[in-house]
Amino acid sequence: MPKFNMNPKKNEMPTQDPLVRNKNFSEVALGYSAETAVDEAKRCLNCKNRPCVAGCPVNVMIPEFIALVAEGKFEEAYQTIAKTSSLPAVCGRVCPQETQCEGKCTRGIKGEPVGIGRLERFVSDYHNVNSTQMPQKPQSNGHKVAVVGSGPAGLTCAGDLAKLGYEVTVFEALHLAGGVLVYGIPEFRLPKAIVEKEVDNLKALGVKVETNMVVGRVFTIEELKTKYGFEAIFLGTGAGLPRFMGIPGEGAKGVFSANEYLTRSNLMKAYESDSETPYFHAKKVAVVGGGNVAMDAARTAKRLGAETVYIVYRRSDAELPARREEIEHAKEEEIIFRLLTNPVAILTDADDNVVGLRCIEMELGEPDASGRRRPIEKKGSEFEMDVDCVIMALGTSPNPLLKKTTAGLETKPRGEIIADETGKTSLEGVYAGGDAVTGAATVILAMGAGKAAAKAMDEYIRAKN
Amino acid sequence: MYRILKKKKLNPTVTLMEIEAPFVAAKALAGQFIILRADERGERIPLTVAGCNKETGAVTIIFQIVGGATMTLNEKEEGEYIADFVGPLGTPTHVEGLKKVAVVGGGVGCAIAWPVARSLHELGCEVTSIVGFRNKDLVILEDEFKACSDRMFMMTDDGSYGEKGNVCVPLNRLLEAGETFDEVITIGPLIMMKFVAAATKPYNIKTIASMNPIMIDGTGMCGCCRVTVGGQMKFACVDGPDFDAHLIDFDEAMKRSRTYQEFEQKAREKHCNLFKKEVK
Repeated sequence: MPKFNMNPKKNEMPTQDPLVRNKNFSEVALGYSAETAVDEAKRCLNCKNRPCVAGCPVNVMIPEFIALVAEGKFEEAYQTIAKTSSLPAVCGRVCPQETQCEGKCTRGIKGEPVGIGRLERFVSDYHNVNSTQMPQKPQSNGHKVAVVGSGPAGLTCAGDLAKLGYEVTVFEALHLAGGVLVYGIPEFRLPKAIVEKEVDNLKALGVKVETNMVVGRVFTIEELKTKYGFEAIFLGTGAGLPRFMGIPGEGAKGVFSANEYLTRSNLMKAYESDSETPYFHAKKVAVVGGGNVAMDAARTAKRLGAETVYIVYRRSDAELPARREEIEHAKEEEIIFRLLTNPVAILTDADDNVVGLRCIEMELGEPDASGRRRPIEKKGSEFEMDVDCVIMALGTSPNPLLKKTTAGLETKPRGEIIADETGKTSLEGVYAGGDAVTGAATVILAMGAGKAAAKAMDEYIRAKN
Repeated sequence: MYRILKKKKLNPTVTLMEIEAPFVAAKALAGQFIILRADERGERIPLTVAGCNKETGAVTIIFQIVGGATMTLNEKEEGEYIADFVGPLGTPTHVEGLKKVAVVGGGVGCAIAWPVARSLHELGCEVTSIVGFRNKDLVILEDEFKACSDRMFMMTDDGSYGEKGNVCVPLNRLLEAGETFDEVITIGPLIMMKFVAAATKPYNIKTIASMNPIMIDGTGMCGCCRVTVGGQMKFACVDGPDFDAHLIDFDEAMKRSRTYQEFEQKAREKHCNLFKKEVK
């Protein structure tokens, strides 16, 4: 057994220098070396009750894979993760580990938890570089299933069903598969080559990916069942519809949803010098919101050349919903946090260009329904910020298209598809999961839902035949 | 990849293409749109469907060459392929049950107005078409409009063809003479649609405008196609593109349409200077 590492702190993740990286789109975190990974792995106590596994929505066999890393068996460690997770290289980068696996880690009680996310990332990158072996297409069981949406929920569901022998077709509305992994999360946090590699792995398993297909318009759910013979359908259509604040000036030039701003940069590659995609050259940018998307938008704006970038958030630092690491990275990159601040109006000139943002200071009152302390306006504290661009990162709602075009598909008032814990919806043979069901959440929760639905769909089809 | 079955120059800056996209052709209705990318590096261009043939799987699009992306598209020839073609998107124009309609189109907007006029005509509706262009050289689809109109007014700004004046001239004349319509449907430049809406408002004639704002995904995700209608924020890609013209905030829409003007200007210059390509 390798020697145990008593260090109370995690091995640091090497990163690009903040003032260099805030001008480029290369990945911020550089990843552990093999040596550091082994050292970090030796911090794991290999607890009998495995609290970390219970904290993982897809139940990665964490102590087992870490024990293999400690022995230097990196490919075996990867195979252990891959048994339950279909996107390890993605999860190692974007999961909120501090509230999941690492949040439950025994080492975290006195000191820092084991760097589970960093080890997962190391192992997946090792595999991607060193393994040339593509997955094999399993023997077909002759049953056809459809997956609508190629984000984390859809890809996970498709992967699990393909491994069981199903003939899986994934329908994607955009020209590229990956959903939020390609249009939302920036290159500097999740390189697109990694997403492409995961999609290629699915294709090797026999999954067909049909891009440019807006289900609900080009085919209805009913047609997928009756005309095209899909025996079960998974809806992983995400929560794409951006919210705005309803304050004056939101229609002005220079006001964007974070989705638009990020899609232009990520999916449409506006940051590359030869791109045809138009983007708005702003000098002073205010991003409204405190989640991961807000951090992504602020850091993208900085990289696209903005001199001053603010995060404007109505609660305090402790309530920021973003991953802690993203908040730290943003601060290092000179993003300015205007906390306990809420916009009341976007100021414009005669030609409707943004010339400022009027805000009001907030203070925290009693906890609200979310358990977080409710922000209350401080009377008479209004002030103006000098900005020429405002990006709204206030969360998103599920897209209304499927609800509109699918009779009998029950949804909540805000548009979330109603599904039980196995993903079963009000329509027979139709399952759903991810943000389309929960509203905007995380990649890993969507993957968990895709996994649960794949299992339920398999049971449903087997019971019928 | 999607094959270009046919390419035809309608005027020096407007081109018609038929693209092989059988799934879209099977479903598209008047007023709906598609989004295409000419090549792997290209922008996503939203274009309204001008027609489709369910037998051949061809979808007709008509576009004006305005920026780098449409220049790239225009360089493609018959038999070549474009990278992406997705649709049909948006809500179809409501055409059923209408008995008498004026279709008012301006410039390249006539490419969108024509399939609407045709659908109405096929449903037995009495169609008055009013089409306007800057000058004679820019006139498109004249015969096509004639074939589906009970009455047609051809207008040019400079009087070089048809009657001199804008589309509101004959529209006002008809309205002042007491003519009435179940609906007026208008498609063209924002400023023209604004004036058409102003013309029909006093007569309380339901007026529908087809909006063509900046757009990326076309499925309700990016929010850049937002239009203020009756004080509410609507997304043209999923709620529209057709809206009640009397409720649209045209002034805001006109300003928003200029968001990327500077970028487009640079792109055009870059495109022309770098490759020394003329608009064919």
